[in-house]
Amino acid sequence: MQQSRNPERSEGTRRGSKWSRTATTIVGILALIAVVLFLGSQKHFGPQHYVQLAIDGIRGGSIYALIALGFVVIHSVTGIINFAQGEFVMLGAMLCVTVYHSHLPLSPPLKLALAVFSAVIGTTLIGGIMERVTIYPARRAPVVALIIITIGVTIAMRAMALILWGTRPYFVPAFTTLEMSDLTLRFGGVIVKAQSFWIWGTVAVVLGILAFFFERTIMGKALRACAVNRRGAQLMGINPSRMSLLAFSLAAALGAIGGMVMAPATRPTYDMGLMLGLKGFVAAIMGGLISSPGAVVGGLVLGVAENIGAGVTSAGYKDIIVFVILILILLFRPQGFIGGGERAVEEA
Amino acid sequence: MEPAERRSLPLSRSPERSEGEAKGWARYRNVAGLIAFIVLIVALGWVEMVRPLGFRFRDFTGGLVTFDTLIRIGILTIVVVGLNLLMGYAGQISLGQAAFFGLGAYVSAIMTTIATRHNALLEVSLSWWWPWLAILAGMALTGVFAYLIGKPILRLRGNYLAMATLGVGIVMYTLFREGESITGGNDGIAGIPRLSIGNHFQLWPMERYYFLVWAVAIAVIIVALNIVNSRVGRALRAIHGSEVAANVTGIDTARYKVQILVISAMIASLAGSLYAHFQALIAPTPFSFVASVELVCMAAVGGLASIWGAPFGVSFVYVVREVLRARIHKLLRGAGGEHELIAYGIILVLIMIFMPEGLTAGSVHLVRRLQRRVREPQNMNHKDHKA
Repeated sequence: MQQSRNPERSEGTRRGSKWSRTATTIVGILALIAVVLFLGSQKHFGPQHYVQLAIDGIRGGSIYALIALGFVVIHSVTGIINFAQGEFVMLGAMLCVTVYHSHLPLSPPLKLALAVFSAVIGTTLIGGIMERVTIYPARRAPVVALIIITIGVTIAMRAMALILWGTRPYFVPAFTTLEMSDLTLRFGGVIVKAQSFWIWGTVAVVLGILAFFFERTIMGKALRACAVNRRGAQLMGINPSRMSLLAFSLAAALGAIGGMVMAPATRPTYDMGLMLGLKGFVAAIMGGLISSPGAVVGGLVLGVAENIGAGVTSAGYKDIIVFVILILILLFRPQGFIGGGERAVEEA
Repeated sequence: MEPAERRSLPLSRSPERSEGEAKGWARYRNVAGLIAFIVLIVALGWVEMVRPLGFRFRDFTGGLVTFDTLIRIGILTIVVVGLNLLMGYAGQISLGQAAFFGLGAYVSAIMTTIATRHNALLEVSLSWWWPWLAILAGMALTGVFAYLIGKPILRLRGNYLAMATLGVGIVMYTLFREGESITGGNDGIAGIPRLSIGNHFQLWPMERYYFLVWAVAIAVIIVALNIVNSRVGRALRAIHGSEVAANVTGIDTARYKVQILVISAMIASLAGSLYAHFQALIAPTPFSFVASVELVCMAAVGGLASIWGAPFGVSFVYVVREVLRARIHKLLRGAGGEHELIAYGIILVLIMIFMPEGLTAGSVHLVRRLQRRVREPQNMNHKDHKA
């Protein structure tokens, strides 16, 4: 419910404004689609171009979805916006690179598997350590201070990555071919790389495990309880500081999974974290910052919108499309697209 | 996390004291602080101008901090005071302050160079008052811009402004970088004239500009102190304490928040214009998202909700960075710029862990706590009175 300026506004007018708001949103979206189609027709885009752009967009979007989930988990449990989320992605990709290129006497597939697992486990540990060393000692400080702590950690992490890995982009072989060039599959006029299926598969599996974790395990339920009401959860015997540790580790793991599975498709560099983190953040906002399904949908929508937007205009604008979307959302539908967001506005 | 025990953001150290009831010379604390501050600024400027015994300012700091840095600190102090009003008193984070800063800088730069570039209207654009007009125009534009962003968003509670300004900051930065025909792209705009008053008194060399920048900074600090101690300031603190309660007592929360956002954006724009005339050349980099984050850090290090924290926060961050840059290779063999950043990040984290109220309030607390610890064994009974 929006915090309306005149608190005495009656229920009726509020409902009316809600309808007009929905109408504005629909008109806005239609107008956007019209603009996109117009720009596309200038470039002689056929339907298969759009499908191609959308499919590539979904690939990027699934990574954003994972990052967004990390934001949601940490934010709902601790109230912190974790700026280091993007760095977890970078660490996942970079650790994967390092282990793969090390001189272990293993066959390439085994080595890749080892690289993937050590990347995820290593980053999870780093996330946990970060929570214990920097967030836990300051747990009574105001949230702003905690957010700034995560900024400090981000700066330090990125600088360490620069020392360890330098500025050059690295490469990780595609998971299917174990070579630089990936297998490409054709469906009509649309080309899909095999790595995309790895990405989608991984994201689907991760989401399944997460759903199971949150719905069926006692730990996941405790985490959710903490998100709903920290005080109440504490009174029920849930240790909030343990939950905070768990949230950070989980977010780090999610980031690392995203990082390692996207590593073959993009060349990982030490500074990839910032933009990815910010885009994941936007995706999380699209879901209202507290809803996990919202974050996933937000990530996918963002990926597709970004890719189509960049496709019909120019690649130079790819990065700002996301933020233009962010501003539009905040101006017209700040509670996010998924209904749960309304609560966030009320409670935040 | 024990949210119940979590301290809310520190209000101006203790609100009662800054109100009219303040007793003794505490009432004049701000005035005394201002005078001391002005004396310090004038003294530093005097040293640079007169060079007693051949000493320049940089000699006192072993060449680590130069006079040039003092001007930069002054410019950023202006921005951070504005940010402090917004973050500390209205409880809203802005992650796009560098964009407002940049907007001012670019408006000034464009307005003062466009005529010479197109060879038109030269009499007007070369007159001494034109750059000053450009500064005002930049402030007005930035104010309107901030109003348009803030108006719909500040109705909502929570940190939605942080997200919107994050987006605005990145979009503006990209426009600065990509809009080559107007902003010069990555190369930026060069040849920005110096400011002058009248046709003969130019505010340059650097010493003169130093006094201008710090005069503006002090003026902004005075304005901010007045805002904080006025009805608006009290309303803002009430909003910060509890928005519902503030609403119930009849405070138009949304209006006050928008007002303070517009004010802080205009202050940032003013600083941006000063920056443009100081550098004489602007490029997009200092207006990026990273710069916005740095500004927030400076405000937090100085202490949110403490106007006096701003100059200390900015100076601390700047001096730490300069010292690290100059000395880190002595502490750590073979260390370079990256190590400097690591140390910077770690220092930021440490300050926030041990002094979440910022350096100014934090060190006061620390001193008090130490005093108490020293005193405690002798007279336990008087502890409460003294504290």
